[in-house]
Amino acid sequence: MIRPALLAGPAVLTYALVLALPLGALLLLSLHGYDPTRGALPGWTVENYADLLTDGLFGEALARTFRVSAGVTLICLVVGVPEAWVIHRMRPAWRGVMLLLVLGPLLVSVVVRTFGWMVLLGTGGLVNQALLALGLPGAPYRMLFTEGAIVLGLVHVMLPLMVLAVWASLGRLDPSLPRAAEGLGAGPLTVFRRVVLPQLMPGVLGGTVMVFCLSASAFATPAILGGKRLKVVTTMAYNEFLNTLNWPLGAAIAALLLVAVLGTVALWARLAERPALRRLGAP
Amino acid sequence: MGSPGGAAGAPKAWGTVRRNGSGALAFHGLVLVFLLAPLVVVVLVSFTDRGYLALPFGGASGGASLRWWRAIGQNVQFVESFGTSVKLAAVSATLSAAMAVPASLAIARHRFPGRAALVAGLASPLMLPHVVLGVAMLQFAAGLGLAGSWAGLLAAHLVVVTPYMVRLLCAGLAGMDARLERAAEGLGASGWTAFRRITLPLLAPGLAGGWVLAFITSFDELTVSLFLASPAHTPLAVRLFTHIDQMTDPLVASVSAALIVVTILALAVLDRFYPIDRLLTGERRG
Repeated sequence: MIRPALLAGPAVLTYALVLALPLGALLLLSLHGYDPTRGALPGWTVENYADLLTDGLFGEALARTFRVSAGVTLICLVVGVPEAWVIHRMRPAWRGVMLLLVLGPLLVSVVVRTFGWMVLLGTGGLVNQALLALGLPGAPYRMLFTEGAIVLGLVHVMLPLMVLAVWASLGRLDPSLPRAAEGLGAGPLTVFRRVVLPQLMPGVLGGTVMVFCLSASAFATPAILGGKRLKVVTTMAYNEFLNTLNWPLGAAIAALLLVAVLGTVALWARLAERPALRRLGAP
Repeated sequence: MGSPGGAAGAPKAWGTVRRNGSGALAFHGLVLVFLLAPLVVVVLVSFTDRGYLALPFGGASGGASLRWWRAIGQNVQFVESFGTSVKLAAVSATLSAAMAVPASLAIARHRFPGRAALVAGLASPLMLPHVVLGVAMLQFAAGLGLAGSWAGLLAAHLVVVTPYMVRLLCAGLAGMDARLERAAEGLGASGWTAFRRITLPLLAPGLAGGWVLAFITSFDELTVSLFLASPAHTPLAVRLFTHIDQMTDPLVASVSAALIVVTILALAVLDRFYPIDRLLTGERRG
């Protein structure tokens, strides 16, 4: 009892000081008023939250955040789950190489990857040049600084994470099951849909909530690919803190995001993940 | 990649009976193009000889040169930020290891009330939005008079990288035979000696993998740093982000390309003692 406390002590203390205390202080700060000349006001109030709920701009950013995150999650599901299965079916030697190519981009800074999409999607960018060369009507298209660009950039960031989440479940898959299904005459799509996919559900569901929450929390990609006009919740909080300097309002935005993300994780575990595990025979 | 080679008709070697069909491989090819295109394009554009973003070949759009690679060295700010990032990443990864090793030992070797909460708590920075961490730490540091200080930046990075460190260390400890430690202690070694002579050497691959992963995570971190950076301490990711915000010239491309190259080199070195696919998937060694 004393030994684990001593062992974990330094880490717990550091987390308390650097993580828990500042988060608590943030919640308190969101309950103060603000005056442009005097900064945060001493009295307690919930007016920041009331302002946000009635603010059209924040509502728009909130709706956009939800739309973008849902879109990114859907695309990552449709592409990432089959992709993990395809890599899993390769020979071990190829599997390692392909896994590295798919997961490797995770280790490159998001700023660098997002900049790559800027180069590709700009009005004079490579995609538009290719479309012009093909003689498509209406080209060049305006692709940068659109919601579509944010979704594309975020899919690029999240897709490897979805593959990774599903990969863990694939490791636990009993290889004799798909083999038996194939032996009984099932085609590759049927094997995947009826035999493999149900076994992968824990990984798929875990990946889904992770990708959704990380998309809603993402900052660099929407900030760069959305431009100055298309705000999401995170870029709005950034704006309040570093440009408008209304820290209490920024703190309220951050607190709402935090509660939304933690709430989504908790609710998802209750409503989706636990039932799925039970169906697979977990206690 | 679907060619049967020498192992024709020996499906036992890998999971399933049937190989990927051509449709599946075409799908896989498209995914790879999508994932690698932005990285390849950045590297290509970094070799342009023009003053704007262009490919280094194709006649009208210009030729190739090392102009923008040379420009990196002439840009004092980028060079300085690179130094800041390396120092920040090395120090935070090392401090993180110092506190994560005992914490992981507590998790892997002991059963105690609050253990599950400890595991979840240590991993929590992975799930918390980095913007929230950034603003929370900024206003907290400002209250202590530490806004924009090196200490604030370091503390933030320490918490951001520790979940990766703990994950790899716990995987390493779980894959280790705990009886070896008990045998050493049974033979009269003190707890500290058993740790130093038995546990730590066996933990070395996990520790090295965790250190590199923590280093890369810190080096790439943007959002939290954005709130805690100051003109004196500006990590490279922040410098790059604010530069992109103002203008997009080929200098961004050459700095980005340099980062891609450095990442690949770091991984090539790392791969010698900790297979990268296992590092990323968190699967155990062996």
